[in-house]
Amino acid sequence: MNQRTRLSLLVTQTLIVSLMLALFGRLFYLQIGAGAKYRDAALSIQSRDIVTPATRGLIVDSSGVPLALNRVGLAVTVDRSVVDKQSDKGVAVLTRTSTLLGLKYADVFRRTRLCGELPKADQTGCWTGTRYQPIPITKDADPTKALQIVERADLFPGIDAMPVAVRNYPGLAGVNAAHELGYVGPLTEGDLAGLNGNTYYRSESIGKAGLELQYDKYLRGKPGIKTVIVDRKEAVTRESRNTLPVPGDHLVTSLDVRLQASTESALADAVARARASGYKADSGAAVVMDVKTGRILSIASYPTYDPNIWEKGLTVQQAKDLFSDAKGVPALSRALQGQYAPASTFKVVSVVAAAAAGYNLNATYTCPASVKVGNRDFQNFESKPQGTITMKQAIAVSCDTIWYQIAFDQWLKDGGLSPKSNAKDYFFTAARSFQMAQKTGIDLPSESVGRVPDRQWRLDWYKQNKNFYCNYQTRAAKSQLTPFLIALAHENCLDGYMIRGGDAVNFSIGQGDTVITPLKLTQMYAAIANGGTIWQPTVGRAIVGTNGAVIKQITPVILGKIGASASTIAFLHDALHQVVVSGTAAGSFIGFPVPVSGKTGTAEVFGLNPNGTKKDNTSWFASFAPSDKPRYAVVMMVSQGGFGASTSAVGVRKIYETLFGVSGSTANPTKAIFPSGPPSALPVISPTTKVKTK
Amino acid sequence: MRGFDPFLNFAVGGLLIIGTLLVYAATKSWYASAGLDPQYYMKRHIINIVIGILLALGTTVIDYRLLRAYTPIVWGLAVLGLIVVLVPGVGSTVNGARAWISLPGGFQIQPAELAKIAIIIGLSMILSERGHGKDEPTHKDVMRALGISAIPIGLILLQPDMGTVFIISASVVAMIAVSGAPSRWVAGLLIVALLGGFVAVKVGVLSQYQVKRLQSFVDPTADPQSSGYQLRQSRITVGSGGLVGKGLFNGPQTNGRFVPEQQTDFIFTVAGEELGFLGSGFILLLFLIILIRAFGIARKTQDPFGRMVCVGVIAWFAFQVFENIGMTMGLMPMTGVPLPFMSYGGSSMFANMIGVGLLQNIHARQRG
Repeated sequence: MNQRTRLSLLVTQTLIVSLMLALFGRLFYLQIGAGAKYRDAALSIQSRDIVTPATRGLIVDSSGVPLALNRVGLAVTVDRSVVDKQSDKGVAVLTRTSTLLGLKYADVFRRTRLCGELPKADQTGCWTGTRYQPIPITKDADPTKALQIVERADLFPGIDAMPVAVRNYPGLAGVNAAHELGYVGPLTEGDLAGLNGNTYYRSESIGKAGLELQYDKYLRGKPGIKTVIVDRKEAVTRESRNTLPVPGDHLVTSLDVRLQASTESALADAVARARASGYKADSGAAVVMDVKTGRILSIASYPTYDPNIWEKGLTVQQAKDLFSDAKGVPALSRALQGQYAPASTFKVVSVVAAAAAGYNLNATYTCPASVKVGNRDFQNFESKPQGTITMKQAIAVSCDTIWYQIAFDQWLKDGGLSPKSNAKDYFFTAARSFQMAQKTGIDLPSESVGRVPDRQWRLDWYKQNKNFYCNYQTRAAKSQLTPFLIALAHENCLDGYMIRGGDAVNFSIGQGDTVITPLKLTQMYAAIANGGTIWQPTVGRAIVGTNGAVIKQITPVILGKIGASASTIAFLHDALHQVVVSGTAAGSFIGFPVPVSGKTGTAEVFGLNPNGTKKDNTSWFASFAPSDKPRYAVVMMVSQGGFGASTSAVGVRKIYETLFGVSGSTANPTKAIFPSGPPSALPVISPTTKVKTK
Repeated sequence: MRGFDPFLNFAVGGLLIIGTLLVYAATKSWYASAGLDPQYYMKRHIINIVIGILLALGTTVIDYRLLRAYTPIVWGLAVLGLIVVLVPGVGSTVNGARAWISLPGGFQIQPAELAKIAIIIGLSMILSERGHGKDEPTHKDVMRALGISAIPIGLILLQPDMGTVFIISASVVAMIAVSGAPSRWVAGLLIVALLGGFVAVKVGVLSQYQVKRLQSFVDPTADPQSSGYQLRQSRITVGSGGLVGKGLFNGPQTNGRFVPEQQTDFIFTVAGEELGFLGSGFILLLFLIILIRAFGIARKTQDPFGRMVCVGVIAWFAFQVFENIGMTMGLMPMTGVPLPFMSYGGSSMFANMIGVGLLQNIHARQRG
């Protein structure tokens, strides 16, 4: 072998050994370096999680009567991965399915589209879940029709029928409570991505609103996960993990179905009465609270909707109606999301302010027909002069001018249009001590906050709106160009950044820019009733496990005390009782056997309805009872409902009738909803608990 | 006459045993779940091994130098086989290549495997004959060598079986390089090979199937349904084995049949998943032992013909191992070549065992 051959042999050997070493290197990288990555990839190829949803916990009232149950429904589902592969993108099969089930094709089409697939402006009724799960088009299919689908799989590719757990709001005793209960629905991609900090499994349903959302982590339970190892053809080769579902815990609320149903019908009745008297009465709310604990015993909002429509499958029309102005936006809970001027119900705050400012609550004051503030006359309501009266009488007959005078005097003392740096601001301080500009903190989502238009608020407001008011003639809508509004805009442009005499005067009677939610007003009147304690309202009382063990007690929390002395509170008790005995609400409570204390409110609303008519007044009645030993605070509000007395006070009387077992002018304590106060012991929970009959 | 190289026998024997277990592992649960005999593939594989061992022994019986006499016959048979396989109705197409001739009894033979041996021996003969008193092959010798390789290579290109073309071409270049032929030839052939590969893809000599396989090597996500899927699954399967593997017969990827052709071209993935880095590294080590021992034989033999045969067999084994295992690990494009001594398949097994027989024959007849 010559030298050259020897050399080329060596070169070839080196080359070939290098090739083998390259294989070693690659093998090392794949198995050791990136081994963990490939192990995960292999696992996701081989394993499939089959999720068995947990049974959702019940929601029951304070005596155990179910408000939310589960029942078995028959779902017809659409598998988009199969349907989309049809040559016509599934039009034929969806049409066939719609016809069979008696649904509209347009609804079925929409229900099976992801929200992102529809134009932004028109997504109502879309599927909020993901593409990778069977999409139910109904959960209430007729079994014979569902059977046809299963038997003729050739005619219905991608369509399946299966029994599913359906959330059911049975409406026992005629209760609705749609806004409070909320509803459940599929997970969104955002939920799955963990945007709200929770981990979910794809096929779970979660609470979307109301108590279902608030207490979702307890109610939902843990789904059962069976992990199976599959082969390339998706055939199961073995089971690697199987955890059974853990059913969700039950929620005991402080609501009472009988009282809730009665509150709802009293509210609907008040709306109907107002409409019969010619008012628009577009919406309303009513709340009953235990003043000793802040627990909510009933809470109603009008208009409402059937809480079961979500699970039945919303039609496009139903979805639109929920948010339609013409239907009064039924989706909105007026009790905690509606904001209205409190009007005369606010005078309890003014009393506290006057007492703080040193006014003698037992003295007499003049109640003229009007008070001149600057160059403007502020009229008494309906311009009636009442002569010289006590402050108690002033509350009873709801005199405004006495408050105009006090508020104007105090405004002047604080420096008027050149405010002192140490301005006392008794009225704003009193309102803040009632926590009027804070949320009540109720255990329901999406609560709105009221507004106290104090000095800081006005400055902020002016910064935002200066340009609009200073160019009002060019920027406002044509319908807004009335001489009054133009003059108002001019004033706002000039000195809208500060509290003017008119603002101070308006604030003292709960008008102007002051707004409040009915729930907040209930909390305030409950505080007056119980001697000054502001409770955080609660609907939930306890979380109870399926074995009956108490998992969590929901204890009411005290948020603070109103800044009023015992004597001021005693005066308020006396004056508010006088309202019902001889004042504005006397007519509404004639012959009522239980002593009630309360205040009417009739708030003027500026602005026009969509049809151009002037908005009617907001009708309020805020109260507590029994007057001598207060236990319940009851507030009703009817938007555009006319007078406080004739609409809301009558409605509140009906709620008290149920609460105290009143028929005619006698109270039968055995017929009362809570003969010995709202229950303190937790009920036994069963889906079959019946409503107690009186 | 010296005996056989024991290290070579040990390495080949080790690969045959491990290969048998891996073929069994790859097909056991698949056949069992289909209600068929789970040992079907393993039994046939063992039959192939037995035949292979007999062929290897047969190859060692007669002096390899006498083989020269049979070279034209072997070459002629191989070319004939390669022509027959292209006849419609005779050759059967698997994975886009018309490479198999079906025989009665469910057996198939691949004439290209026979062609490898024919080309190696034929080239060795031409490049080692010194009829003109020269120590090195002349330009004419090299051209003759290229000529007799070009015919079978061209026929295999028509199938088309790019993997085999690559292995044979690389072996031819290696043999010419070691033969002492003018180095211009070696450089020139390398350039031609590179250009040829480039033009083949561009001009479309490669079938759509071949292009897809090459593209999916460059971008594994290009076609997730077919070749890209296979490459991805293959890489994941090897990678998921880790250091010690999932244990023989316990690989979930293997038992789930996620890698296609796992008992043949992708047999190494079974080793990767079930035996881990230790087991599959040991397999690489056995291949390295075979190659190193074969180089030892090539160095020690005084006979230029024997040396050329050694180099041819070495290059064949080395490039085929590199192409096959490189493919399963994503280093090489996907071509359908089996892993020597391990993949299920008769023709390949027989050819490989004849190759080993040749090496031992040369080892046994070394002088000194």
